[in-house]
Amino acid sequence: MKSIEELKAIRDKTLKEMSIRDNDDKVRIVVGMATCGIAAGAKSVMGAFIDELNKRNINNVSVSMTGCIGICRLEPVAEIFDANGEKTTYVKLDAEKARRIVAEHIVNQKLVTEFTVGAAER
Amino acid sequence: MKDISLHIMDIVQNSIVAGADKISVDLKVQGDPQMLILEIQDNGKGMDEEFIREVTDPFKTSRTTRNVGLGIPLLVQSANMAGGGLKIKSEPGKGTDLQARFIVNHIDRIPLGDIPETIKMLIMANPNISWTIRFSSPNDDFELDTDELKQHLEGVSIANNNVLEWIQNTISGGIKLVYGGVLDEVN
Repeated sequence: MKSIEELKAIRDKTLKEMSIRDNDDKVRIVVGMATCGIAAGAKSVMGAFIDELNKRNINNVSVSMTGCIGICRLEPVAEIFDANGEKTTYVKLDAEKARRIVAEHIVNQKLVTEFTVGAAER
Repeated sequence: MKDISLHIMDIVQNSIVAGADKISVDLKVQGDPQMLILEIQDNGKGMDEEFIREVTDPFKTSRTTRNVGLGIPLLVQSANMAGGGLKIKSEPGKGTDLQARFIVNHIDRIPLGDIPETIKMLIMANPNISWTIRFSSPNDDFELDTDELKQHLEGVSIANNNVLEWIQNTISGGIKLVYGGVLDEVN
């Protein structure tokens, strides 16, 4: 497979970058990816998180998935665990909202209150 | 579910919850009339006969947050709609083998959807699972095995963004190679 050579080039480039990258505490974004979430559009929400983080070259944030969080009527749902352990639950997401959360919550460290579960349940 | 990539995303969650550390996703086009076959195999904890019988019932689930599960019933619906069906083989302690079949040219067959993105996300979120992705058709074959890739990666994580992008592009290439001219939605 010719493209394995490409993969090795990516590996070598990444190894070089890794040594100069700062090791900030990790922030985690967890997207609910059960049947309820997927049917409501969780995949495009996760895609938007990944894409926006990549575009902004943010490397200290991981994106992962979990099962049903238990509030199916508010899907798609994502939880953000900040470096200090604080958890924020964002609900009824779409790709556009996910991009705003990266810009405001992750980059500017300011909650997007209108998308939180607290605001939705009021 | 509006495409097969969403069903894959959904069904694989069952394998993950069942504790699998080896999961394979196979897509095949074969036979006459041509059938599209999606097969997901895992080495998770498996199901006994009674559970397999009940698993297509929407009111059966292993989840504890609520007592209905729709993942498999929705896949049964998609497969039946396209003149196919669903088969599950499973053994407690060994794993599960699930196969969904669709008639390729059936008017109600759902399209593949963005399979490369689904696989990328699954690997990103579950980098410790050994993933095998296979495509085949009368045209060609394709296989991607994350254990094999890891041998080339040395200290770099398979969940690294650049590596994931390579995986996504490689799978896209595989889909085009195997299903171009075979499935209408692939050019």
